[in-house]
Amino acid sequence: MSWRSIRTIYLHEMARFFRTIWQSLASPVLSTVLYFVVFGAAIGGRIQSVEGVPYGAFIVPGLMMLTVLQQSVANASFGIFFPKFSGTIYEYLVAPAGWVEVMLGFVGAAASKAILIALVILLTSFFFVGVHVAHPFWMLAFLVLTATGFSLLGFILGLWAKNFEQLQIVPMMVITPLVFLGGAFYSASMLPPFWEQVARLNPVLYLVSGFRWSFFGIADVPVGVSLGAVALMIVALLLAIRWIFMTGWRLRE
Amino acid sequence: MAPIIQIDHLSKRYAGGTTALDDVSLSIEAGEILALLGPNGAGKTTLISIICGLVTPTQGTVRVGGHDIATDWRAARRMIGLVPQEIALEPFETVANSVRFTRGLYGAPPDEPHIEQVLRSLALWDKRDAPTKTLSGGMKRRVLIAKALSHKPQVLFLDEPTAGVDVQLRREMWQVVRELRASGVTIILTTHYLEEAEEMADRIGVIDRGKLLLVRPKDQLMGEFGRKQLTVELDAPLAALPEGWGLRGITLSADGRSLEYDYDARADRTGIGRLLAELGRLDLGVRDVATRQSSLEEVFMALLAGEQAAGGQAVGEQVVGEQGDAR
Repeated sequence: MSWRSIRTIYLHEMARFFRTIWQSLASPVLSTVLYFVVFGAAIGGRIQSVEGVPYGAFIVPGLMMLTVLQQSVANASFGIFFPKFSGTIYEYLVAPAGWVEVMLGFVGAAASKAILIALVILLTSFFFVGVHVAHPFWMLAFLVLTATGFSLLGFILGLWAKNFEQLQIVPMMVITPLVFLGGAFYSASMLPPFWEQVARLNPVLYLVSGFRWSFFGIADVPVGVSLGAVALMIVALLLAIRWIFMTGWRLRE
Repeated sequence: MAPIIQIDHLSKRYAGGTTALDDVSLSIEAGEILALLGPNGAGKTTLISIICGLVTPTQGTVRVGGHDIATDWRAARRMIGLVPQEIALEPFETVANSVRFTRGLYGAPPDEPHIEQVLRSLALWDKRDAPTKTLSGGMKRRVLIAKALSHKPQVLFLDEPTAGVDVQLRREMWQVVRELRASGVTIILTTHYLEEAEEMADRIGVIDRGKLLLVRPKDQLMGEFGRKQLTVELDAPLAALPEGWGLRGITLSADGRSLEYDYDARADRTGIGRLLAELGRLDLGVRDVATRQSSLEEVFMALLAGEQAAGGQAVGEQVVGEQGDAR
């Protein structure tokens, strides 16, 4: 394995992020402020607390998760799709770099960007609500694992997509609904029993739940199950990426 | 000495049934320029795409510097640089960063003196900080060459390096290729211009419909097939050819208004001067003079006709045997 190849791809992708640092950060920060205004102040004024946590603080982990998922998928999918679109993908395919190097470079950069933005959102939230992180280590662990998992998913999406429409349709039609229905703004226990059981089929619920536990020590599902779900997701996606590069699906003729 | 590239029985068949490459075997020696000549869709790009790792072969083996491209692909690819047919560059990246990126992607440590030397040799040093989107088409193509040379490859593939470029740039490219060869790089280029192959190559491989028809030293091939034809339009029609002209390969058109003369352009004495002098002596006015070289299609026709006449066997079998003799 060539660490230099990984580093080259990683820094190349991060350079794009830093070239447009203000656009990269302004949009998620503005969205977060709007969420706090709408959900925190307007609706939160009517919901005093959820399981003992003020509603404004309760939605912080969900907002961070929402951003991490969207940014991970968007960054990783665009990262690998753009060389396909511009034709420069040939460089990655003829270089003495295997699927592990290419994947680590792109996914590592996409996850890093998502984590940075999530931390900026956390900092922003301090201006609106009092948030105390009960388990900082696990908060970071969930953040890294989730960003990695969804960056892997985005990477596959970018490899699969043949045009910009396909690149956007999955985040819009799949990721966003899963996040909104995954308990970002409410606890699954607030749902009627039937819908609570349906919600448990949503993998994002486990991520939000675990992440929220790292903040407040409360969770919809056991933390071990959340960790297991994200680990399982990462392994499955890694195997899929390995298969794509080995067979050359959508990459080689 | 072992060849730097050894290709054995390489084939590529697509799922739809199209055969892009059909049992190609070829040896390429270190330091030579090999031109793969053939019409569009002949299989030239498929062949180099397989060697470089862009296309997976259906069968056959390729060794680069003794390294199998399937089992020892990292070592094989480190030796290779590829300049693709289509210009593909990140538009916002600067020239120097683009070249540095390729070097890093190949796992090579930073080497600024080498990057500078490559950019200077391709007349890109003054443009090193310019985003690639601001460059002309010719400069972009040179950036692609610079990227391909960034990791000091021993073998450089140039896929249609002068496709769609003007005459001046084409000549600049030829000069660049000659300089690269002088620096010890083995060069394999594809082209559908006979002139380009003639200008640069040491050997020429003719490829058509996925088959490598033959590989021969350029001088031999051009001597055999690269004939030219002179057409002389006369002021007044001529009733018959002067005596002895027919034996020299001169023919008269049916209307008697033009003479056609087949000659070997590479010969010391082409006979053109003698013909024009004789026309003057006979007081035959000349309205116009034109020359044309055998087209690629004519070379193919001559090749196929020659092979069929020689053995009466299937053309493919016959020429593959010959190709083996080329090295």
